Amino acid sequence: MSATQELEFRDAIRDAMSEEMRRDKRVMLIGEEVAEYNGAYKVSRGMLDEFGPKRVIDTPISESGFAGMAIGAAMLGLRPVVEFMSWSFSLVAADPILNNAPKMLFMSGGQFGCPIVFRGNDGAGGQLGSTHSWCVEGLFSNVPGIKIVIPSTPADAKALMKTAIRDDDPVFFMESERLLGMKGEVPVGDDVLLKFGQACVRRPGTDCTIASWGRPVHFCMEAAQELAKEGISCEVLDLRTIRPLDIGAIERSVRKTSNLVIVDQSWSFGSPGSEVAAQIHRRCFDDLDNHVHRVHTEDVPAPYAFNLEQEYLPNTRKICEAVRSATYNA
Amino acid sequence: METPTTDGKSAHDVHGGLPIPRRAANRAVPRAEILRDWYRQMLLMREFEIRCMQAYQDKKIGGFCHVYIGQEAVATGCVAALKPQDPLVTAYRDHGHALARGMTARACMAEMFGRVDGCAKGKGGSMHMFDRKNNLFGGHGIVGAQTPLGAGLAFATKYEDEVINNGKSSRVTLCFLGDGALNQGAFHEALNLAGLMNLPVIFVVENNGYSMGTSIHRGTTQSHDLSSKALGYGIDSAVIDGMNLLEVYHGMKDVVDKCRRESRPAFVDMRCYRYKGHSMSDPRKYRTRDEEAIWEQGDPIGTFEKFIVDQGAITQDQIKALNKDVKQEVRDAVEFADNSPVPPLSDLYHDVYREPWGPYTGTSEPRMYGGALNPPTFRATREGDGLI
Ligand SMILES: Cc1ncc(C[n+]2csc(CCOP(=O)(O)OP(=O)(O)O)c2C)c(N)n1
Ligand SMILES: [Mg+2]
Repeated sequence: MSATQELEFRDAIRDAMSEEMRRDKRVMLIGEEVAEYNGAYKVSRGMLDEFGPKRVIDTPISESGFAGMAIGAAMLGLRPVVEFMSWSFSLVAADPILNNAPKMLFMSGGQFGCPIVFRGNDGAGGQLGSTHSWCVEGLFSNVPGIKIVIPSTPADAKALMKTAIRDDDPVFFMESERLLGMKGEVPVGDDVLLKFGQACVRRPGTDCTIASWGRPVHFCMEAAQELAKEGISCEVLDLRTIRPLDIGAIERSVRKTSNLVIVDQSWSFGSPGSEVAAQIHRRCFDDLDNHVHRVHTEDVPAPYAFNLEQEYLPNTRKICEAVRSATYNA
Repeated sequence: METPTTDGKSAHDVHGGLPIPRRAANRAVPRAEILRDWYRQMLLMREFEIRCMQAYQDKKIGGFCHVYIGQEAVATGCVAALKPQDPLVTAYRDHGHALARGMTARACMAEMFGRVDGCAKGKGGSMHMFDRKNNLFGGHGIVGAQTPLGAGLAFATKYEDEVINNGKSSRVTLCFLGDGALNQGAFHEALNLAGLMNLPVIFVVENNGYSMGTSIHRGTTQSHDLSSKALGYGIDSAVIDGMNLLEVYHGMKDVVDKCRRESRPAFVDMRCYRYKGHSMSDPRKYRTRDEEAIWEQGDPIGTFEKFIVDQGAITQDQIKALNKDVKQEVRDAVEFADNSPVPPLSDLYHDVYREPWGPYTGTSEPRMYGGALNPPTFRATREGDGLI
């Protein structure tokens, strides 16, 4: 086991970007308030000082413009990391990020790739209301040509960010603002990378598989602990990336537990959760003791009021209920 | 110490803009009663925001909270130049506009608290203040999002007046935006459309010199002369001193009257300054305390107070009474908000769709219509229904 150091989630991402920028001059960071302000959520703290304003670049509030510009730069061979202050704001850049980045390689018959990382805060939980609480993975996972990374721990965040920057395709990297202050042990070293499409077992169990990614993984862990007291043993799987999707890992776990609950903080209709459910119903039809259960954000726009938002989000209570129902313990 | 300036002559000139024409000196001064009303309006906004900041510290208010302190003259003077039937739309720094438009401090504060008596039942929050009765078409959280909406509101008033009622366009729309929103594509598309279609919309840039930590010259080309933005779209513009209520009022009155008369869009570079951080978590490292102190000397409320005292429009006793009155009004609003119930959880499913058949159940099955097999007949809209 190599040495580790304790890092905040935000600093793990920063270290990944900085290490990759030291290693490869083609890598640069661009976005609103990333340089002089050190990032709206302080993810790029100190990067301007180290790399200077030519590589850590503040932009006006022009998402469509700078996302498109970075895609152009990536076509020519740079490897930009583009920060969206929030993924909610990426929607004004929908055309470049959905119509240009993921299609360039295909449309050009393989001539022009798009090695770019878009990253930023994703998801609700801070009472920011309907416009600022998007879980864009629900929308964007529908689009082929994009890779989608949603880490739940500082160690994963660092390793997956490094992989994202070295990846030759567009990667959408989603960080929960709610997790940025979380601390965790992170392996030291420049070359600790994680392959995309590798789920990880956060907690082994025998009665029910709970599959999730990003912030809700922590709710799943709480639920599993709660359910253990009731004698229900849950296996918690953290998918880490949505595209590619490690469906094989879920399949293996479900063959063991015969039950699956998916916890996805995007809306249910046409979501990563519904895709996993469809695939597992096909692959594990004869192994399942019950239909696949899903816990999502409620199918309404994000509310502002604290109590409504708590009810709106997937939470430990809802996960416990779903597991009890799936395992006929309701 | 230097005197505050908004016209490019001081080291602490944050806008770096061309000089501002002065208009108020040659104009008739409004009646004392009106002046006192305006003064009270600004006091109310200031007090409201101070109490919001406290309530935010006390965790009564969540999410993002952007206060309007320092910019009170802008909303007060702009709304004074409007008629009640003129639509208004703005960005997320919207409490001042809501109050100016006539929303009660109670409804506004209860919204901040996320309670049922809020202007949007606690569903919108600080950044999304809506008030249909007072023709406030929203605070909007996405930078620039309100600019095409402003064009659309103007399109609709003009359409209703001209096409539906066979009359003459009679209303103007006021669309506020921050200087940061100048750099959104939506803004430029909205300007082009407004110019192209002769829409009676006024884009008022509340140019407080900063978008978060980015000073205007770091984010916007031609920041010394923002009229250049409008020029390319064939739209007339004005520069107005947003720190001076009388300047705002007279400047805007001209712009509003012309816009109404000619049914043509306009653009206003309203120079102002925000005294507090961008939101509650901003350490303001991008500017000096010295700069802030200098701008605070030009406090729009203090400036106006001095003016109306000099005019003999208000006595010291009246000033005291108004200050007390406003404190009481906001204290009452906080109490009201605090006592207002949190929304029932069932509220989550209301207002997702219009509900002619009953409440939405949070699924996309037909049972979202309350399970009714035969939906009740409901009247199709038709001509003569009116717009809003
Ligand atoms: C499209 C979009 N990008 C980024 C943001 C985050 N953001 C909120 S306010 C703001 C600064 C806006 O400044 P300005 O327009 O000058 O208005 P002010 O805050 O000065 O009133 C930013 C970057 C957002 N809300 N929407
Ligand atoms: Mg501004």
